Amino acid sequence: MLYIFCPHCGLRSQNEFAYGGDATVKRPELNKEISDKDWDNFVYLRKSPRGKHLELWHHISGCRQWIKVERDTSTHEIFKTYKADELTE
Amino acid sequence: MSQDFRLNNIGMVNRNKKISFTFNGKKYFGYEGDTIASALIANGVHLVGRSFKYHRPRGFFGVGVDEPYAILQLERNNERDPNIRATEQEIFEGLEVKSVNCWPSVNFDIGAINNFLKMFFPAGFYYKTFMWPPSFWYKIYEPFIRMAAGFGEASIKHDKERYEHKYEYCDLLITGSGPSGLASAYAAAKNGARVILAEDKPRYGGSLLTSDVNIGNQTGTEWSEKIITELKSMSNVIVKNRSQVFGYYDHNMLVMSERISDHLPKTQKYLPKQRLWYIRAKEVLISSGSIERPLVFGNNDTPGVMLSSAAKEYMKVYGVLVGKKPLIFTNNDSGYETAIEFKKNGVNPLILDTRKEPSSDIITEAKNLGIEIKFSYVVVAAKGYKKVKSADIAKISDNKKDLSNIENIKCDCICVSGFWTPSIHLASQSGNKSEFNEKIDAFIPKKSKQKENTIGSANGKFTLEETINEAFDKGYEVSNKITENNNKVSIPTVVEKKSTEHDKFWCVPLPKGKSYKRFLDFQNDVAVTDIELALREGFRSIEHVKRYTTLGMATDQGKTSNLNGLQLVSDIENKVVPQVGHTTFRPPYTPVSIGAIVGREVGKHSKPTRKSPMHEWHEKNNAVFVDAGVWLRPRYYKQGNETLFEASKREAKNVRKNVGVCDVTTLGKIDVKGPDAAEFLNRVYTNAWLKLPVGKARYGVMLREDGIVMDDGTTTRISENHYHMTTTTAQAANVLSHLEYYLQLVWPELNVNVVSTTEQWAGAAIAGPNSRALLMKLFPNTDVSNEGLPFMGYKEADLFGIPAKIYRISFSGELAYEVNVESDYGNFMWEKIIEVGKEFQIQPYGTEALSTLRIEMGHVAGSELDGRTIPHDASLEGLVSKKKDFIGKRSLSRSAFTKPDREKIVGVVPLDKTTSIPEGSYIVKDPKAKLPNPKLGHVSASCWSVEYDNPFSLAIIKDGKNMIGQKLFAMSPLKNKTIPVEIVSSHYVDPEGKRVRA
Ligand SMILES: [Zn+2]
Repeated sequence: MLYIFCPHCGLRSQNEFAYGGDATVKRPELNKEISDKDWDNFVYLRKSPRGKHLELWHHISGCRQWIKVERDTSTHEIFKTYKADELTE
Repeated sequence: MSQDFRLNNIGMVNRNKKISFTFNGKKYFGYEGDTIASALIANGVHLVGRSFKYHRPRGFFGVGVDEPYAILQLERNNERDPNIRATEQEIFEGLEVKSVNCWPSVNFDIGAINNFLKMFFPAGFYYKTFMWPPSFWYKIYEPFIRMAAGFGEASIKHDKERYEHKYEYCDLLITGSGPSGLASAYAAAKNGARVILAEDKPRYGGSLLTSDVNIGNQTGTEWSEKIITELKSMSNVIVKNRSQVFGYYDHNMLVMSERISDHLPKTQKYLPKQRLWYIRAKEVLISSGSIERPLVFGNNDTPGVMLSSAAKEYMKVYGVLVGKKPLIFTNNDSGYETAIEFKKNGVNPLILDTRKEPSSDIITEAKNLGIEIKFSYVVVAAKGYKKVKSADIAKISDNKKDLSNIENIKCDCICVSGFWTPSIHLASQSGNKSEFNEKIDAFIPKKSKQKENTIGSANGKFTLEETINEAFDKGYEVSNKITENNNKVSIPTVVEKKSTEHDKFWCVPLPKGKSYKRFLDFQNDVAVTDIELALREGFRSIEHVKRYTTLGMATDQGKTSNLNGLQLVSDIENKVVPQVGHTTFRPPYTPVSIGAIVGREVGKHSKPTRKSPMHEWHEKNNAVFVDAGVWLRPRYYKQGNETLFEASKREAKNVRKNVGVCDVTTLGKIDVKGPDAAEFLNRVYTNAWLKLPVGKARYGVMLREDGIVMDDGTTTRISENHYHMTTTTAQAANVLSHLEYYLQLVWPELNVNVVSTTEQWAGAAIAGPNSRALLMKLFPNTDVSNEGLPFMGYKEADLFGIPAKIYRISFSGELAYEVNVESDYGNFMWEKIIEVGKEFQIQPYGTEALSTLRIEMGHVAGSELDGRTIPHDASLEGLVSKKKDFIGKRSLSRSAFTKPDREKIVGVVPLDKTTSIPEGSYIVKDPKAKLPNPKLGHVSASCWSVEYDNPFSLAIIKDGKNMIGQKLFAMSPLKNKTIPVEIVSSHYVDPEGKRVRA
């Protein structure tokens, strides 16, 4: 079970969190034209990288904040965690 | 039966407490502190089971977790507990155990015929024998395998025992209380670290309990007693016996199973049977020790052949002799310790040492004691079927290839020692890649992967002095890193006998003309010939050899077999062991009961049950409940002998005719607050929200980004910047997460906060033509007329002194209101509604009537919004704004969602007006069409329309709009029904929606 540092609460066990997927995906802006292909990429396509992955976790049984976690998908090493509005490196 | 093999003056069992138990129905006695194994051996019982494949007789091989043979079935309190290791289970008064894997009895086993058919059971026999013809699988092969295989029978009854889970955090977890565990725990605890010390056996001390050593002028046992007593008294230390750390998971999370009352006769009511500990440790010291390796020779699985360390432990810990004419077969000095122990207890052993001319302190001591030793000697084969009676022994040449002077000697047990294998399982589970150590012919952990260090014999350190020094240093070093304290305790001096090197020899060659089975894996019956065959057949990777031969795949995970298997593969392949590599160790280290893993989360406890504040009232009024997510909701209120169908029809009719009240507390409620709340709702919902006035409610539909309907519900503007959102019961939690996602990550610039208020409000839906009259009596000071409180209006009011909120919304399609009060007043509100409603013929109604009412009105719910439908499919396209953008809008213009014959919701009525249509039925044009019959769609919900007194269903079918008026068929292959139906509008009752606005 992972041990995730919530920037709001501190170190907490994984079972307090819900996984939220790739944190680098940007939702297309509202009221802007977008091609079918770009929209499909946003809705459906995600990379599944081996290694460093910036991803979202929702501290659902804690502060209920969405946070960003930089994790190695093969070793589970967590390098850094960020608040939702914090800039990532 | 007398305990013929019990010694008088040695052992740690409590001789003042005699305990009786039965084994295969026969009564035996032992003492408190005995295991089943030690008690049976004391009684001279060595035959306890049959082997997995050949059904050969099985006795005891070890004395702890490594035991491959003595797997028994325990019966207690009329419960069965399979897969119990006799070497670990302590006896208690009234314990009943029996053998497994033998029929009709352990003494006469029909399956043993397999032993004589062994040419048909070679490596991979499962893959070869049972492959052809495929039709034989179900009727012939599978039942045969099932009957022949397996260790015991699980109970099919509900397990009444209690299992607990516990989460714990510590600075340092130490796995094993042998010399290294004790020393490191002591050093770390004295340096202020919060320490957990776990021991899988009942007694602390590990090898110190059985070895003849001296630490700080005390015997090993005295020293360990002193250390453990002091550790127990320290507030920063948790010491646990009967506790096995069996899994090392990510981020230094380890899991331990504690056997709390497995050794007690009757579980006290609140005493758990086992407890599972989830331990998050800053650092871990793995001090799990090592396991003796067997030597491989002919019939080395005969009962009476056992590990020499086990024989020693049976004597020193349990005061039990495993035999009275022992043969010690060893390739190292460990065997001598056992021999000396026999001698001290008045039994004359014979030592066969594979080495040519070894010399060490302990060999000299054995010689001085007059113990007979034969060097360069081996056991060729054990003789005897159900118990060792004699052994063929032989002199072995210096190159270890040739046998000479073969002779048969009498003996009643053969104690083998093929040196020691460090228990590196936990280190391996942590991700630590092990390395082969030539000096000890075994793998030891390489580089720490997580925050773990392996110490003592688990790390290949086999002298006590080395172990103690390393453990004290590590305990200090690790604790210093965490506590930054510098309290170093002094390391005691260690006195032990010096031993010399072991012999690399481990497998005795077959004498000419003999074909004895030489076993490697005792639990899965894997012999030398099986590995040889697998290699001949082309298997090379050790992982493949393992799976093909099942070497190391039994419940003991090859604790005694893996290394000998690797040795054999490398010998045949002319490689060295490190080139062959070893298979991966995975948790659990020892079998864990399902009960412990599940803990308290069984049955109704798998999730908490939620009840509304009116629950007790429902109970008192004969409500029959139904699970709605985690909530319990009244399904119907039973009157007399009513069936569900009758009751729900009565309740629904009463709503249409008079007035009904339904507990809607379970609906999800979310407060949405902030200056940008309107803008936010406008983006979340498909319809327009910017112009909703204060005091008004609106129905809204929200989508996922892929265009699929996520949820629906009404949201009310309570004040300028305050909205009260309702969600369906099932989606409440998901909707909250969804809103938080957009507010925190996508549109953080919006100044809005959301919070769940589901638990804060109790809700009652009052529906039916009499509902306004009732409301006027409930709220005499509030104008609830059609003008004062129009459809989709909202008002705060006073309910007999209690603040209440009235929403004029309707799910039933009738004139209806929802009244909310703070949860604590829920029951008060409910009772008032019932009391005042009497004169209006009020009746409570449950979810079944609620469904009927919404279905015949064509209102969609979870069965239509099933994660596959877009607004159009549920006839909600009128709520989709063309002007503004919102979550998921772009997806609605994708081609599949815009095609003209897109599915749409319709109503379905059986032509005979009597046959109910099963939910899930297909709608088809031609019931006799060739299979697979092209289906138009499916029936999502069915009810008995109380308005028209005939069955009515909702269905989502292709091109639904143009299907209205057509005669089609509803087919339910499951119920074997084909029903001619007519497609009608989904708005079966009051299609203009006049009633709700009345
Ligand atoms: Zn948090």
